[in-house]
Amino acid sequence: MSEGNAPAISSPVEYIQHHLQNGSIGGKPESLVDFSVFFWDIFAVTVILAGLLAFVSWKVGQNLDPDKPTGIQNVLESIVEFVNQQVQDIFPDADEWIGPLAITIFIMVILMNTMDIIPVDLFPSLVAGVASIFGADPHHVYFKLVPTTNLDTTFALALMVFILVMFYNIKSKGLLGYLKVFVTHPFSAEKTWVKIILAPANVMMTIIEELAKPISMGLRLFGNMFAGELLFLLIALLGVGWAMPGQIVLGSLWSIFHIMVIILQAYIFMLLTVIFLGLASQKAEDH
Amino acid sequence: MNVTATLFGQLIVFTVLIWFIKQYLWEPVISTLEARKARVAEGLAAAEEGHKFEEQAQKQVEAELGEAKAQSAELIAQAQKRAAEIVDKAKADAASEADRIKTAAEAEIAMERSRATEELRSQVATLAVSGAEKILGKEIDGAAHAKALDELAAKI
Repeated sequence: MSEGNAPAISSPVEYIQHHLQNGSIGGKPESLVDFSVFFWDIFAVTVILAGLLAFVSWKVGQNLDPDKPTGIQNVLESIVEFVNQQVQDIFPDADEWIGPLAITIFIMVILMNTMDIIPVDLFPSLVAGVASIFGADPHHVYFKLVPTTNLDTTFALALMVFILVMFYNIKSKGLLGYLKVFVTHPFSAEKTWVKIILAPANVMMTIIEELAKPISMGLRLFGNMFAGELLFLLIALLGVGWAMPGQIVLGSLWSIFHIMVIILQAYIFMLLTVIFLGLASQKAEDH
Repeated sequence: MNVTATLFGQLIVFTVLIWFIKQYLWEPVISTLEARKARVAEGLAAAEEGHKFEEQAQKQVEAELGEAKAQSAELIAQAQKRAAEIVDKAKADAASEADRIKTAAEAEIAMERSRATEELRSQVATLAVSGAEKILGKEIDGAAHAKALDELAAKI
């Protein structure tokens, strides 16, 4: 551990770059969008967290005690109740999938974000140590622990919401009704010829609006978590020498503050999901 | 900061997880919560009903108690009246009995007295005759002086 990191601390840029690189299959991505690369590290963490959540949910769901809820059942019950209340408030005629979607997003984003609290060097060093047992060069083993500091994860969630928004739009308005929204929204007119003139602008605006929703969602979560992670890395640069107390104090303070960000971002993501799907499920245009 | 094939992996994980959560957490928990809510409401309604029932019973008890009190008061009044009547009747009976006894006694006394008088009268005549015989030294003819003797007896 100290061997792996001691030289890195002396060159901060290298240390941070090393920590920001994913463990990947297919090398480093060449361009912004490169589907030939697969990041096994965040995928593994996501699968483990999802498995954990699924296991606990299954365990609790099997042994529901209606009279005396205890322990983890209380926690999950109150989360379910909270999410259900949010869904009922925002989107009263929600179908049966909105609640599970919202709660999965809420808990999963919290779990993935919480990985940020774990000391930044712990898991990368562990993985590097394990890899070195199998003869790999620990300096070239990369591991990123926090799935939400990666665009893949946040955009996967956002893309899911985007697909569902389109699905619910078509379900509630019909395909033609949904396409009509693109032509008549946001600028509407009474006369036919004005409508025709406004149509191109409307199409452009609505496409931008529809795309901006998921992209802003994905980027917001990614930005918050990436910035938090980066700050943890910068604090970790203080090292284990004379600046150790400073690292401990700053790291603790930022962790405590970051807990708020973790929950807030998860809540915002969940809330926006429900709001967008609620809007998409509105039957007719009323303006 | 790239979008890679991991996106699809994550998408699949999330989709499966949502289905799983719906199946094994959301629906059981929601139905449990609903059932609990229903049972709590039921319990509250039952408690309310019990409360009402108790109130009703209390009222009934009070009404019955009042009725019983009134009844007992009436009974007592009746009994008192009856007792007074009985006492009055007894008094009257006693008075009339006393009267009767007194009258009978008086009558008896009067009868006794008149009988004694009669007896006395009848003896007075004999005594007077024998007295007079002794005084005069000769026999008085009863028949000759009957008239005078009768007059004498009537005077006594």
